[in-house]
Amino acid sequence: MVSTTGEGAVPSYGGRTGEQSSSRRTRTEARREGILFVLFMLPNAVLFGLFTYWPMIENVRLSTQRWDMISPIRLGIGLENYRYLLRDGTFHRVLLNTGYFTVAAVGFSLLLGLVVALLLNQPLRFRDGARAVVFAPTLLSGAAIGIVWSYIFDPRYGLLAQVLGWVGIGSPDWLNRPEWSMPAIIIVYVWKNLGFAAVIFLAGLQAIPRDLYDAAKVDGANPWWRFRSVTLPMLSPITFFLLVTSILNTFQAFDIIRVMTQGGPADATNTLIYYVYEQGFVALNAGRSAAASLVLFVLMMIVTLVQLRFTEDRVHYG
Amino acid sequence: MDSLSMQDRRRLTRSVGYLAMALIVLVIGLPVWWMFSGSLKTSQEIYTFPPDWIPRNPRWSNFTDAWQSAPFGRFYFNSIVTTVLGSALEITNATLSAYALAYLRFPFKNVIFALLLAAMMIPSQVTVLPNYVFFGATVFDLIGESWVNTYQAIILPGASVAFGTFLMRQSFLGLPREVLDAAKVDGAGHLRTLWDIVLPMARPVLVTFGLISVVAKWNDYLWPLVITQTENMRTLTVGISSFYDLEGNTQWGLVMAATIFVIFPLLVVFVFAQRFIIEGLTAGATKG
Repeated sequence: MVSTTGEGAVPSYGGRTGEQSSSRRTRTEARREGILFVLFMLPNAVLFGLFTYWPMIENVRLSTQRWDMISPIRLGIGLENYRYLLRDGTFHRVLLNTGYFTVAAVGFSLLLGLVVALLLNQPLRFRDGARAVVFAPTLLSGAAIGIVWSYIFDPRYGLLAQVLGWVGIGSPDWLNRPEWSMPAIIIVYVWKNLGFAAVIFLAGLQAIPRDLYDAAKVDGANPWWRFRSVTLPMLSPITFFLLVTSILNTFQAFDIIRVMTQGGPADATNTLIYYVYEQGFVALNAGRSAAASLVLFVLMMIVTLVQLRFTEDRVHYG
Repeated sequence: MDSLSMQDRRRLTRSVGYLAMALIVLVIGLPVWWMFSGSLKTSQEIYTFPPDWIPRNPRWSNFTDAWQSAPFGRFYFNSIVTTVLGSALEITNATLSAYALAYLRFPFKNVIFALLLAAMMIPSQVTVLPNYVFFGATVFDLIGESWVNTYQAIILPGASVAFGTFLMRQSFLGLPREVLDAAKVDGAGHLRTLWDIVLPMARPVLVTFGLISVVAKWNDYLWPLVITQTENMRTLTVGISSFYDLEGNTQWGLVMAATIFVIFPLLVVFVFAQRFIIEGLTAGATKG
């Protein structure tokens, strides 16, 4: 961990022009810097301790208890909550849903994001405007957007029913059919987030040195080959960054699901983060919620560690 | 292929490019258009098929009706209070921590920095339940009253900041050392240096992070949803979702008008500030 966090070298402030002429003065100065350091770091550190690190320990404790969030009695039940999750069909469904959602949402966001970036990298007029439009949905409230899309998905009066009507297809009852609700959520998520991938890919494309393409042209490479042999390899670090960030973000996607389907119908859109919420604050099973949130945490931890591992490799070999 | 001259071919690819760009803008923009047009439709117009793209008799009273059918004024107030205070705390924390980590000597500073970064691996979603228990039971045991359903409970868990600290530390370390040394020679203390020299020079990062923070607070949903219990404490995002739960899909005109209440301030911010946000995010990603 520590080795990957940055430059490491402690930047000593200021130039010590006095060359040890008064070691006492530097010592009091160092002490004053130390006090200032503590004062400056304290609010952030206390808040992190109280609301980030301590809750993780609490989560571990809660996950070994049976508690309805109300009664004063919390019953210690060891690993029973974890055993329950292992056996529970709903939780298996939740894990599958999470995988389905993550793979599809991340896959489409990155793929479409790359296509949009390649297009906006062409010398077209208004492309800055187009970039702004594509990026805008990432900033909008997921709760509000979820509601707008519920109207769009309305099987009789919605926008999508209209568009599908043009090509002679009847609209499915998106949000009330188990097989259609997850695709609907994925569509909304991709619509909202592909702009982020597009903007990052675009920055990556613009950072590729022109002479690489010129060299490939001299070698007689056609556009497709130039894409394969220059663009894709040069984009790979940024693709990896986007892959990891997007996976972590989809694990946390809550507002769209809560507003549009509340995890349903029949748990078809119940993902890990939704399950954590539902068990804790709807079903009032604090223990199960805590256990599930630790599962979520471990999954995210694995993704992050893989990222650290890979970026370290890249630093070593690059 | 050979029958096309070089110029024709270039013109063709360019037209295809513009066509594709228009298509993308259309696909991204249509849902937003649908929201605006829906907000001006009468229920009769909502329930006609095929739907009208442009409302025939725009019904502006949808907005006043929606405003009155839930305490949206109060939701606005709550969102503004929690966003302004939350972001102010976050920006202050990021600035102070970044300055300390960049310029002040302290033993095991790298370990402290690592612990701060490690907190990024613990998403707020995972800590929602224990934090709820903290503001309810733990605070009650300590001071005799619960803080559930209070502003401080909505704000405090989001007031610590790792990402922003990281961002600003990087930018502080990139500032020219000579200017800082000159300030020291002039006898400027650390607070003066931070306020008069470092912050003005680091303004682009400050603005970018400030914008990201404000947008995130405004859109925050899960935590305000669980920590607020009465209608008068709800933020806009929570208020709109409970409004939708109540109205359901019977009153799309009103519901669309209400979603515009939530989205409109963000669209305004975006129009003025998208350049800062996009540049800040891409700089963070391409360097990282």
